Amino acid sequence: MEYSYSFLILLLPFLSFLVLGLCGMKMKEKVAFGIGTTVLGVLWCLSLYTAYEYFFAVGRDAAGLYPTVTAFNLTWLDFGKAPLFGTELIFNIGFRLTPISVMMLVVITTVSFMVHIYSLGYMAERDEEYRVEGYEKGFQRFYAFLSLFTMSMLGLVVATNIFQMYLFWELVGVCSYLLIGFYYPKHAAVHASKKAFIVTRFADLFFLIGILFYSYYVGTFNFDLNADPTIANRLPMAVNILPVALFLMFIGGAGKSAMFPLHIWLPDAMEGPTPVSALIHAATMVVAGVFQVASLMPIWLKYAPNTLHYVAYIAAFTAFYAAAVACTQRDIKRGLAFSTISQIAYMLVALGVCSAVEGEGSVGYMASMFHLFTHAMFKALLFLCSGAIIVIIGSNFKDYMGGLHKYMPITNWCFFFACLCISGIPPFSGFFSKDEIVAACFHFSPFLGWFMTLVSGMTAFYMFRLYYVIFWGKSYYEADPENRRKPQEVPAIMWGPLVFLCIVGCLCGLIPFGHFVSLDGHAEDIAIQTFAIWTWPSVAWVSIVVAIIGIGLATWMYKSGENPVPDMLKRRMPKLHEAALQRFYIDDAWQFFTHKIVFGLFSKPIAWFDRRVIDGTFNFLAWGTQTAGETIRPWQSGDVRQYAAWFITGTVALTLVLLCIL
Amino acid sequence: MLLGLWFAKNDNQVRGVMVVGASAILGLAIWLTVAFVQMRNAGNTDLMLFTYSVPWFAPLNICYSVGVDGISVVMILLSAVIVFTGTFASWQLEPMKKEYFLWFVLLSIGVFGFFISTDMFTMFMFYEVALIPMYLLIGVWGTGAKEYSAMKLTLMLMGGSALLIIGILAIYYFSGATTMEVNEIAALHNIPVHIQKIFFPFIFIGFGVLGALFPFHTWSPDGHASAPTAVSMLHAGVLMKLGGYGCFRIAMYLLPDAAQQLSWVFLILTTCSVVYGALSACVQTDLKYINAYSSVSHCGMVLFALLMLTRTAITGAVLQMLSHGLMTALFFACIGMIYHRAGTRDVRYLGGLMKIIPFLSVSYVVAGLANLGLPGFSGFVAEMTIFVGSFENGDTFHRVCTIIACTSIVVTAVYILRVVGKILYQKVPNPEFYKLHDATWDERLAIGGLIFCVAGLGMFPLFFQNIISEAVAPLIGHILNAAPIAAL
Repeated sequence: MEYSYSFLILLLPFLSFLVLGLCGMKMKEKVAFGIGTTVLGVLWCLSLYTAYEYFFAVGRDAAGLYPTVTAFNLTWLDFGKAPLFGTELIFNIGFRLTPISVMMLVVITTVSFMVHIYSLGYMAERDEEYRVEGYEKGFQRFYAFLSLFTMSMLGLVVATNIFQMYLFWELVGVCSYLLIGFYYPKHAAVHASKKAFIVTRFADLFFLIGILFYSYYVGTFNFDLNADPTIANRLPMAVNILPVALFLMFIGGAGKSAMFPLHIWLPDAMEGPTPVSALIHAATMVVAGVFQVASLMPIWLKYAPNTLHYVAYIAAFTAFYAAAVACTQRDIKRGLAFSTISQIAYMLVALGVCSAVEGEGSVGYMASMFHLFTHAMFKALLFLCSGAIIVIIGSNFKDYMGGLHKYMPITNWCFFFACLCISGIPPFSGFFSKDEIVAACFHFSPFLGWFMTLVSGMTAFYMFRLYYVIFWGKSYYEADPENRRKPQEVPAIMWGPLVFLCIVGCLCGLIPFGHFVSLDGHAEDIAIQTFAIWTWPSVAWVSIVVAIIGIGLATWMYKSGENPVPDMLKRRMPKLHEAALQRFYIDDAWQFFTHKIVFGLFSKPIAWFDRRVIDGTFNFLAWGTQTAGETIRPWQSGDVRQYAAWFITGTVALTLVLLCIL
Repeated sequence: MLLGLWFAKNDNQVRGVMVVGASAILGLAIWLTVAFVQMRNAGNTDLMLFTYSVPWFAPLNICYSVGVDGISVVMILLSAVIVFTGTFASWQLEPMKKEYFLWFVLLSIGVFGFFISTDMFTMFMFYEVALIPMYLLIGVWGTGAKEYSAMKLTLMLMGGSALLIIGILAIYYFSGATTMEVNEIAALHNIPVHIQKIFFPFIFIGFGVLGALFPFHTWSPDGHASAPTAVSMLHAGVLMKLGGYGCFRIAMYLLPDAAQQLSWVFLILTTCSVVYGALSACVQTDLKYINAYSSVSHCGMVLFALLMLTRTAITGAVLQMLSHGLMTALFFACIGMIYHRAGTRDVRYLGGLMKIIPFLSVSYVVAGLANLGLPGFSGFVAEMTIFVGSFENGDTFHRVCTIIACTSIVVTAVYILRVVGKILYQKVPNPEFYKLHDATWDERLAIGGLIFCVAGLGMFPLFFQNIISEAVAPLIGHILNAAPIAAL
C-alpha cells in the first residue's frame, strides 16, 4: 500500500509523549531533548518524503488532479444507522492526504522541528531565571507536551472526517492549555491558560452542534460529499440546513483562529514559553480554523456560497481591529499576537471571498493556503526572534529594549527580514501571498480590496514600529551601563533555527504555489498565480506603495526614538489610545459576561436554590414528619384512663352521628 | 456468583482477605466478560446468558433468577474494578477496619446481585442490601456532618424504594404474570397504557432518586461529602449507576408505552439536572461538593440519554455509566487522598500542590480532563455517543434539549479548570503544605488502575461499544415497537 509508513507519523510523537511523560522526570534533560528532537527530525523527513511522493513521484492522476489518498481508515466508534438515510454513521480515525494536508504536514513538522531545537537553548536560559524565583524546571514536561501537540496537530490535518478533526481539535486545545500554563506558579499564566481553554471550548460547542446537524442531514461525517454516489438523493433535505451547520462549524474555527469577538484568549496565551507561542499560537494551531474552512470549501461553495461571505466580513473586521490594537501594544509578544490575529484574518478573508466562478473565484483559496504557509514561516521566525530578545533582556516590554542592533546582529537581521516579509515588500514571501489575497478581495468587491490594502499598510507600520523600538531608538542598557546587564547574541542552538527559518521564510514566496494547491486541483493554475500579480499590476503597485508608506511612517516616528509625534498623538487622543491599549474593552465585556451574568445570574442563584429551596423542602418534610411524630406521641401515653375517656367520647360521637344519619 | 465465600473469615488479616477477594472478583468479572464475548461470537443470541433460576418464595412466584446481557456484563466489570481499587484506597483506614470492610463487602454484594438479577423482587432486595450498609459506612466512618448526611441519604433513598415497591407490585399485579422475571413480563406486555402511565413515574422516580434525578438529588452532595474515600468511590462510581440501570431495565423496559409517552416530562427534568448540576458546581468551594454536583450533572446525562429512546443514545448512556463510574471514582480517590494529607478540602485554602505532591496532582488533572470530555479518555466517547444518538430525534423539542445539554461541556470545563488552577497551580498558600508526602504504593496502585481503565476505554472504545450496542438493540426494539394496548 502506498504511504504505508504513515501510521508512524501519528504513532511516533505519541510514543515520545508517553515515554517523556511517564519517565521523563528520571531522565537527564539532554536525553529528553534528544528523544523529542530525534522523533521530530524523523517526522520532518517523513513529511518531506511524503510531500515529494505526493507531489512529484506520484503526481497528478489521469484527470490532472492530485488524488486524495486515504492511507488507512480505522473504525473507532460506530454510531449505527443514520436515521434519515440508513447509512452507517461511523467515526473513523484515519490518514488522508490531500494537497493542503500534505502542505500542513510540511509546515507543522518544519516549525515544530525548529522549535524543538531552539527550545533547548531557550528553556535552559529561561529556567535559569525561573529557578531564582523558586519555580520548578520542567524541561521533560515541556518536550512531552510538545510531542503530544505535534501528534494532535498532525492528526487534525490528516483527518478523514469531520469528527476526527473535532477529536484532535480538542486535543490541540488541551495541549495549548497545558503549555500556556507551563509556568504554573505564575498567576497570570494559570489565568491565561484557563481563559484560552474555556473560550475555545465555548466555540467548540458550536462546532460540535454543527457536526451534529451536518451528520444528521447528510448522513456521514466525511468531508468529501462526491465520494458517495448516493449522496445526491439526500442533499435536497440538507440544502436549507447546511449553511447553518457550516456556519456553526465556522464559529468553532473562529474560536481556535481567534476571530473577533472570540480572539480574547490569544494575546493572553503569550504567557506561555515563547517557543510555544511560535509553534502553537502563531504557526500551527491557530490556523486550524482556516484549515477547517478550507477542508470544507467544496461544500461551502456548493451549498452555502452566500453564507461564506459572512466569514469574509467577520475576518475583514478582525484584521482591521487587530491591526489597530497592535499599533499600541507595549509588550512585544502581545503585539505579535495581535499581528497573528490580523494575518489569520487575512487568510479567512481570502477564503470568504471565494466563489464557484471558474478560475477567478478560486484565487482566494489558493492565496489563503499560500499565506498560511508563508505566514507560518515568518511569524514563527518573528516569535523565535522575540524569544531570543526576551531571553537576553529578561522582559517582554519594549521599554527595556532599544538599540539592540549593535548587540544582537543575527537576531536583528532575521527580525528585519521577517518584517519585510510580513509587510509585503517584494521579493520576500509575504508580498506574493498577501498580494494575491488583496487581488482576490478586489475581485470580490473594490471596497473590501481597498480596506484590506489599508490594513496591509497598518501591518507594515506596526511591524516596523516594533522593529525600531526593539533594535533602534534609545538603548535601555546604554542609559545606565553600570547596573544593567549587557545584551549579547544568543547561542548558536538558538540562532541556527532563526537563520534557517529566515531563509525559508524569505524564499518560500517564490514557490509556484498555485501549481500544488488550488480549489479545483487542476493544472491550469500555474496561470492563476501570475494572474494575480500580473493581470492586475495595479494591485501589486498599490500595495507596495502602501507598505512603503507604512514603513516610512514608522521609520520617521520611531527610528531615532526622539521623534515627538507618537507622544503627541497619544496626548491628543488619550481616549483612543487608551481604548486601543485596552484592546477596545472586549476582554472586559467578556469578563463581565462570565462573572456577572453566568456566575452571578445563574450559578450562584442555582446553588442557593439548591441549598435553600430544594434541600429546604426535604428538610422541611423530615422536620414535618418528626414534629408530627412528636405531636401524636402523647396519644400513645399508656394511660388507661385517658384511653377510656377517648374511647367513650368516640363511642358517643359515633352513636350521635349514626343517629343523625338514621 | 461466588460472592459469599470471603466475608465470613474476616480476621486480623482483613487486608489480605480483601485483596484476595477483590482480585478474585476482578478476575471473575474479566473471565465473565471474555466468556460472554466468546459465547456471543459463537452465535448465541439469547437475550440473557448464564441464566440460572431457583424459586425461593413460591406464593408470590419470587425466584432467585440471574443472568447477564451486554449491559450487565460491563456494569459488573465496572463494579469489580471499583471494588478492587476501593480496597486499596481504604488501605490505611484506621478505626474498626474489620467492620468497615464487612460493610463494604456487603455493599458490593448488593451491587453485584442487583446487576445479575433478572427477577424484579430479587433486584429490589439486592438494591436494599446495597443501601443499608451505606448508612453505617457514612455514619460511622464519615467526616463532617456525617450523621445528618447519612440520615438524609438513607431516608431519601428509602423514600425512593417505597415508590419502587409500589411500582413493582403494580407491574406484577397488572401484568397478571405468574413470575417476577423481567424478560417474561416484558414478553407478555399486557399492562394497559393508563396503568402504565400511573406507575411509570413511581418506578422512574424511585430509581431516579438514586440516579440523582433533579430535584431528588440533594442527598448526593451531602452524602458524598461526608463519606469516606472508598465509599464515595463505590457510591458515585457504582451505586448511582443502579439508578440508571433500574430505570432502563424496569421502568422503561416493562412499561414501554408509558416510557414513550411520558419521556418528555422526565427529559425536561434530566436536562435540568445536567445543566443545573454543572452550574452549581461552578461556585462550590468544597472539592467533594464540586465533584458531587458534577456527578449530578453526569448522571443526569445518563438518564437524559436513556429517555432519548434511540439505540445510539442508550448505548451512550451505558457508556456514560461506565465512564462516569471510573472517572468519578478516580476523582474521589484523588480528593480523598489530598484531603487526607492537607486536612482541608476547601479550594480557598489549597494551592500549589503540583509541586509538592506531583503524582496526586497529575492524577487529579487527568481525572479533570477525563471529566470534561477530553478525547482519549472515556468521557469523550460516552458524551459523543449520547449527543449523536440524541440528535437522531428529529423534532425541535429533542433538539433543544440536546443543545442545552451540550452546553454542559463548556460549563464542565469552567468548574474543572477553576479547581485545577486554584489548588494545583499557583503559589503555595500555607507553608505547612511543604511537608506533605506523595502517594504511597497502595494509593498509586488504585489510581493507576483507574487511569488505565479510563484511558483504555477512551482509546479503544469499539469493543465495549459493540457489547453494549448489541445488548441494547433488542431492548430498545421492544420499547419502540411495543404496540400500545387498548385501555381496559
